[in-house]
Amino acid sequence: MIKRTSNLDKNKTINRRLFILGSAKVGLLGLITSRLYNLQISEKKKYEILSDKNRFREWKTPPKRGVITDFYNNIIADNKRVYQVYLSLDETKDFNNSIFKLKNIIGLSDDELSKIYEKKQKIKPWDTILVSENLSWEKFSKLNLYLHEIEGAKPVLSTSRYYPYSNDLVHIIGYVGEASADDITKNKKIEENFVPGLKVGKIGIENSTDQILIGNYGLKRFEVNSSGKKIKEISYKKETQGENLRTTIDLEVQRLAQKLLENKAGSICAMDIYSGEIIALASSPTYDPNKFTYGINKKDWNEIKNNKLRPLVNKSIAGLYSPGSTIKPLVALAALEYGIINPKLKVKCKGHDHPYELYGQKYHCWKKDGHGIMSLRNAIKQSCDIYFYEVARLLGVDRLSIIAKRYGLGSKVLEDIFPEEKKGLVPSTKWKKQVLEQSWYLGETVITGIGQGYIQTTPLQLCLMTAQLANGGFKIKPNLIYNNNFNYEEILSKIQSEKNKPIEANILHEKDINLYEKLYKNSKNIQIVLDAMYGSTNEQSGTSFRSRHKDKKYRYAGKTGTSQVRRITDKDRELDLDTSEIEYKNRDHALFVAFAPYDKPKYAISVLVEHGGSGSKAAAPLANKLIKKIIDRDKEREIKRKELKII
Amino acid sequence: MISSSLNSLNYSFLEKLKSVDYFLILLVLLIGAISVFSIYSTESGDFSFYTKNHLIRLVAFFLLFLALSFVRVSTWYRQAYTFYLLGLLLLLSVIFFGISASGSKRWINLVVFNLQPSELMKIAVIVSFARYYHRIQSADIESYKYLLQPIILLLIPCYLVIAQPDLGTAILIAGSGIAIIWLAGLNIKYFIYSGLIALVSMPFIISILKPYQKSRILTFFNPERDPLGAGYQIIQSKIAIGSGGMYGKGFLKGTQSYLEFLPEKHTDFIFTLFSEEFGFLGSILLIFLYVLLIFRIIKIGFSCRSFFAKLYCFGFSSALFLYVFVNIAMVVGLLPIVGAPLPIMSYGGSSMLSIMIGLSIVMSCKIYSQEIISN
Repeated sequence: MIKRTSNLDKNKTINRRLFILGSAKVGLLGLITSRLYNLQISEKKKYEILSDKNRFREWKTPPKRGVITDFYNNIIADNKRVYQVYLSLDETKDFNNSIFKLKNIIGLSDDELSKIYEKKQKIKPWDTILVSENLSWEKFSKLNLYLHEIEGAKPVLSTSRYYPYSNDLVHIIGYVGEASADDITKNKKIEENFVPGLKVGKIGIENSTDQILIGNYGLKRFEVNSSGKKIKEISYKKETQGENLRTTIDLEVQRLAQKLLENKAGSICAMDIYSGEIIALASSPTYDPNKFTYGINKKDWNEIKNNKLRPLVNKSIAGLYSPGSTIKPLVALAALEYGIINPKLKVKCKGHDHPYELYGQKYHCWKKDGHGIMSLRNAIKQSCDIYFYEVARLLGVDRLSIIAKRYGLGSKVLEDIFPEEKKGLVPSTKWKKQVLEQSWYLGETVITGIGQGYIQTTPLQLCLMTAQLANGGFKIKPNLIYNNNFNYEEILSKIQSEKNKPIEANILHEKDINLYEKLYKNSKNIQIVLDAMYGSTNEQSGTSFRSRHKDKKYRYAGKTGTSQVRRITDKDRELDLDTSEIEYKNRDHALFVAFAPYDKPKYAISVLVEHGGSGSKAAAPLANKLIKKIIDRDKEREIKRKELKII
Repeated sequence: MISSSLNSLNYSFLEKLKSVDYFLILLVLLIGAISVFSIYSTESGDFSFYTKNHLIRLVAFFLLFLALSFVRVSTWYRQAYTFYLLGLLLLLSVIFFGISASGSKRWINLVVFNLQPSELMKIAVIVSFARYYHRIQSADIESYKYLLQPIILLLIPCYLVIAQPDLGTAILIAGSGIAIIWLAGLNIKYFIYSGLIALVSMPFIISILKPYQKSRILTFFNPERDPLGAGYQIIQSKIAIGSGGMYGKGFLKGTQSYLEFLPEKHTDFIFTLFSEEFGFLGSILLIFLYVLLIFRIIKIGFSCRSFFAKLYCFGFSSALFLYVFVNIAMVVGLLPIVGAPLPIMSYGGSSMLSIMIGLSIVMSCKIYSQEIISN
């Protein structure tokens, strides 16, 4: 009996206790369920991202650069197929062994080896390392033969920048190199498309048009396991090639210009006087841009850097020179425009014995025996300094400054392409007061009249100046990148209609002038100057007479210039040494500006030979050859222009 | 007198078959099937080593479960202490002949497979406690004499298991023992007191924990403390479960598992794999199957006439709940990683064996539910 009650008691207790326990269990189950709900439903997104982060690795593939061509589709910056070898670290058990074998097969230098080990320190253990980025075909095929013996080695066919005309266009196109931290922060497009080893433009067009050329990177997504080993490729968004770029350059003219400057330091610029298209922009000496693609070696770099003729300077845009007598047409024009002189003004040039004198200072003409009595036309034709001393004195530097600036001196021309371009200097009394904090001397005006003294110009500015005179005095914008929206006939008709518009009253004041608007007050004055330039080249005793073309087709008009690099002393005058007898660095710079053909002008050029001596002897002969080439190719250029319009 | 007459009943085999709980068998088979597919998935759909072994063990131990089901519940009652002593002996033999793996000595080599005696001890404790309280009058439960004995019976195996070291199993053994003492009706105040004592002695307990155990507990409170070391398991487990979402990534598509981000995926973290592949719905379904199993066992307990059988069934169901709860709570980050398998699902012979033996006693309680066991 007792037992039974006890059992009943125990049963009652156990049921009660089970119930309490059961309630606790229900609570705990609720806890687990809510936790699962929380993980799998509320925070699913977060964990999904984490899971994807675990399992996916992305590899970017480098974009392909757009190709650069000249006006006629000749490729001047190409993509070349290159043979490369990578080492995939996650497939390499013994890194040293693999590298050693690679070294024996493809021949790596100690320098390259240490670079590889350096790189290895910086990357993750599942990354791939670039062992050699430009193998010869022989080495590449040899590597493929022994491939099975080298763990993790991956031969890859890739593309890389190649400049088929190596030196001839380096100053225009520039070169590419591995993107630096600076490149990445400065250019958003580079930042977006950055891939280790990405090549970007360092200078020139390659640099300024990176935005267009660079293209978009590709993306390979791989699934990886916990130790980072690739399991399979999930997706591959192919990299794209950047846009191709057409320049205004005529490869043939450019190569000729470069050839004419061979073994000299100097510059040749040529442009279309209406469209502003630059046909050639040569600078000498040059260097091989292909050497920079994989990082230039020290020896080559030092050779380029230490060259006294400064191959790294693009002299057409960053070389500053006194314009010398090439500025005389502009001085004459300014004096005519302001009505200071009339073309009949006579000045007598009496030779070194009777120089031009101003407040006791003597100013000599370059011609020892003097030119005799000069009129404006003759003074330009024979480049008489005495005449222009007088014109400049009458004109004054400030008026000259307005006109010189208007025709393109003293400001940058291709700033958007060449950040290193120099502005030059067109002096004025105001400038001297502000910058040098000194007052202007009349003597300084006088020498400015023959392009000496403070005045500094780039060869491209002189070319632009000549172009804007030759086209009848209309403002143009030089360019290097071909623009298909640009319509030649439209420009011509615009200029035509501009001619008939009335002259604005304040035309001779400092003011901004829009594209294709006239720069002159009286077009007759321009004609006088151009005619004098014609005389200079095509008439007996003109300074460039010996470099003229007899064939009417090529006939051009030009102006020589000789830019002093130091002050000429009386002793120099006495010695009257030939250029070859003077020390190289003391020789004058030879300059020449011209436009052609004379009857129907279309192209303007400027030639500069550093320390070449006189413009008539050193610069004008180069112009002769260049102009022939440009005129010969004019027809082809027009055909191509029409063709491009149709496309 | 009545009891003895009833007790001497000899059931015919047909009667025994009739009283077999087929629903229980169905549940075991269902969970067993899920476990085979899950292990198969840990091998990325390769029917190889783990899957094969797991399947063989499942079949063998399932048959053992069926066979042992026909052992009379009174036999279990009589042999309860023998079972306990056997377990204890095996535990002791681990100290001398045990084989070590990853820093702990838990197994003894039985040629066919390596036995983990602590797993058997989980059941032995429940059976022997059920017998112990079957004999004690409710009035005596509170007396110190009767209270001390089960505590000692519990402390010895717990100590031996902790020393292996295997904190997880020790907690499960202790937990199931305490559950039975609770069910037997020991005054609530003792539980409150000992709870308080445990809380107070916590610093001391922590000081004697092994460094890896400490780090696991610290990591539990802040998994980001060491994301590639101690925290790695729980972080990856949470990522796997969380990324499974509502419907899961699909069978054999658990990326966390087949890309080897998930550690111990066939043993302690099998639920994680299942949850990643079958999502919230799948997880709830699996938990529901366990709940049904536990309910079924409780239901069998209610149908038993003897206190031993009742106490055993209730006790075993509580232990089963504890195993399931500790394992899942662990992998979802609610409890520290202590190393506790999920019953039936986890790969591991000893765990499977002990669960099957435990279930066979439940079945025996069902078949011989009318048996009365005299003191």
